[in-house]
Amino acid sequence: MNPVNYLYLAALLFTIGASGVLIRRNAIIVFMCVELMLNASNLALVAFSRLHGNLDGQIMAFFTMVVAAAEVVVGLAIIVTLFRSRHSASVDDASLMKL
Amino acid sequence: MESLIGLLVGAPLLGAAVLLCGGRRLDRAGHWLGTALAASSFVIGLLLFADMLGEETEQRAMHQHLFSWIPVNGFQADVAFQLDQLSMTFVLLITGVGTLIHLYSIGYMEHDERRRRFFGYLNLFLAAMLLLVLADNFLLLYVGWEGVGLASYLLIGFWQHKPSAATAAKKAFLVNRVGDVGLSIAIMIMFTTFGTFAFGPVFEATGETSEGKLTAIGLMLLLAACGKSAQVPLQSWLGDAMEGPTPVSALIHAATMVTAGVYLITRSGAIFNAAPDAQTVVVVVGAVTLLFGAFVGCAKDDIKKALAGSTMSQIGYMMLAAGLGPIGYAFAIMHLVTHGFFKAGLFLGAGSVMHGMNDEVDMRRYGGLRKYMPVTFVTFGLGYLAIIGFPGLSGFFSKDQIIEAAFAKGGTQGWILGSVTLLGAAITAYYMTRVMALTFFGEKRWSETGKDAVHPHESPKSMTIPMIVLAFGSVFAGGLFKWNESFVHWLEPVTQFEHGHSPLSATAVTSMTVVALVIGVGTAWLQYGRRPVPAVAPRGSLLTRAVRRDFLQDDLNHVALVKPGEYLTRGLVYVDHKLVDGVVNGTAATVGGASGRLRRVQNGFVRSYAVSMFGGAAVLVAATLLMRAV
Repeated sequence: MNPVNYLYLAALLFTIGASGVLIRRNAIIVFMCVELMLNASNLALVAFSRLHGNLDGQIMAFFTMVVAAAEVVVGLAIIVTLFRSRHSASVDDASLMKL
Repeated sequence: MESLIGLLVGAPLLGAAVLLCGGRRLDRAGHWLGTALAASSFVIGLLLFADMLGEETEQRAMHQHLFSWIPVNGFQADVAFQLDQLSMTFVLLITGVGTLIHLYSIGYMEHDERRRRFFGYLNLFLAAMLLLVLADNFLLLYVGWEGVGLASYLLIGFWQHKPSAATAAKKAFLVNRVGDVGLSIAIMIMFTTFGTFAFGPVFEATGETSEGKLTAIGLMLLLAACGKSAQVPLQSWLGDAMEGPTPVSALIHAATMVTAGVYLITRSGAIFNAAPDAQTVVVVVGAVTLLFGAFVGCAKDDIKKALAGSTMSQIGYMMLAAGLGPIGYAFAIMHLVTHGFFKAGLFLGAGSVMHGMNDEVDMRRYGGLRKYMPVTFVTFGLGYLAIIGFPGLSGFFSKDQIIEAAFAKGGTQGWILGSVTLLGAAITAYYMTRVMALTFFGEKRWSETGKDAVHPHESPKSMTIPMIVLAFGSVFAGGLFKWNESFVHWLEPVTQFEHGHSPLSATAVTSMTVVALVIGVGTAWLQYGRRPVPAVAPRGSLLTRAVRRDFLQDDLNHVALVKPGEYLTRGLVYVDHKLVDGVVNGTAATVGGASGRLRRVQNGFVRSYAVSMFGGAAVLVAATLLMRAV
């Protein structure tokens, strides 16, 4: 199968993720959409790796996974704390950082 | 002996430092310390004088190099003293009269709780004045010049709790500053022209310098002299300076400091001799001030202000003589010294009268005091006879010489100057007779009972002794100087001397002077001596009223200088408020408004930040692709 198709798929997934981040209010959903974007880029990296015939992209994808795992730990902890204190997981409710 | 010169300045300087820094524990002995140091300076002066007399005429000048003040490549300023015959004359006058007036002040300031400070200032003045006359270059002279200005300011405003004294001090200082600017400009021109400001090299180089430059230097020096010596147009401060204690008026504003201008012009004789235009201006200034001061002296009822007008007028005589060149320098200095004696004596006498009359200064409230203050009357009377030029007394010899030299100027100028000086002599006789008649003769216009009761009494010994000594000077100094032309010969090596060729014989001039004197005395006696004088001044003619206000000098200064200055500052304040502040405030308001609008972007919604991030990323990607495509 033509590896370029994987790139199209990655672009599609990235767009879905980005739209989710912008549109949804629930922090968990937003978080999932961010993960979707990260994985879309992982897919693109692996596809490029195959296209160019070297392993750089795959190694990069591993790094992304590790960083994403760490980020999930921190991000979920923040969301849980936020929910406990405010009884809401809406990102718009947590708009205190403004003048 | 030469190493003693520094001590002349050092002794009073030490006194000033100790008295001004010593604090209250010196209150009890401070005045004696100040007087002793002034007297020690006088003794050193006498020693140096004796030493100088022992030398040959040509080798009399002494030098002492103390230290290099500003040694820079191409600019050498030294603290070095030069004691020649001219400086010696001044040193003896300053320290001699100064010591007497220190002595007088002990009695006069007895009840003043700030007496120690007063003596500190007096010593500071002596030090600065001695520095002025001993300096061997113009820069050091300038230091002394500013020093006497400072001391004058401090002493005029000594009774600073009186607003009038504080204002008078400020006025004197400001008017003097105008003159000081002249001196500093003169020094700058000298430095650019000659590369130095030491007396010797500057005076030697006058031969090879263009007349224009010398005239410029001369006029600037004259401006300086006008400020310090209260000559027209910078005369307005002297009358108000009488707000200071009377010993100050006697020492600083009659005998010594105000003659510094005459010293400056005589000292710079080499420059003026080579710049005839500047000399002419000096003569004109002298002649105008001579008449100005004399008229003012006629109209004042305040005894000290009448004497201040007289001081101005007499310094006008000296200026005029100094402007005549080598035929006049020696006579200018001679009149300066005799004037130092009799005017200091007159002021001390006025102070003694005020002391006995509860500090009343209005002569219309005196009258008939000769019976109550015999010593004051006699010493004041001798000073009076000296200043009007009564034959045989000091003023006669010195003034007569100036009148003769004025005629000897030659041509129309000579006739005009001669007539002016003769007229001045007549007016001098008039106003001094008026002072004398109002104060010591006639009926008494005060009472020993009632609200304004006064009990006139003779002053203590510490005050009368200096007056007696000065009276001796007023009587004999002139004759001594005239004896064998000794004074002229004494000064000749410094100031040069030429015999003027007067169109009138000496006898004719002398007899005209005596006639002028008799007319002046006679008129005044008819007006004030024989008739009773009203205790409140009559309204007087328009001229009288104008002269009482010093020929409207203050109004003139107000209209010509103060008002434009006020308008200028108001205009500048307006520009500052509207233009400068407008630009600054406008910029601030623009920035503030813009940031107020900009901060709404910061709304706290995470998703809107995400939109801008994605938008920005999209723009970047699009731009990259576009660049690629091109």
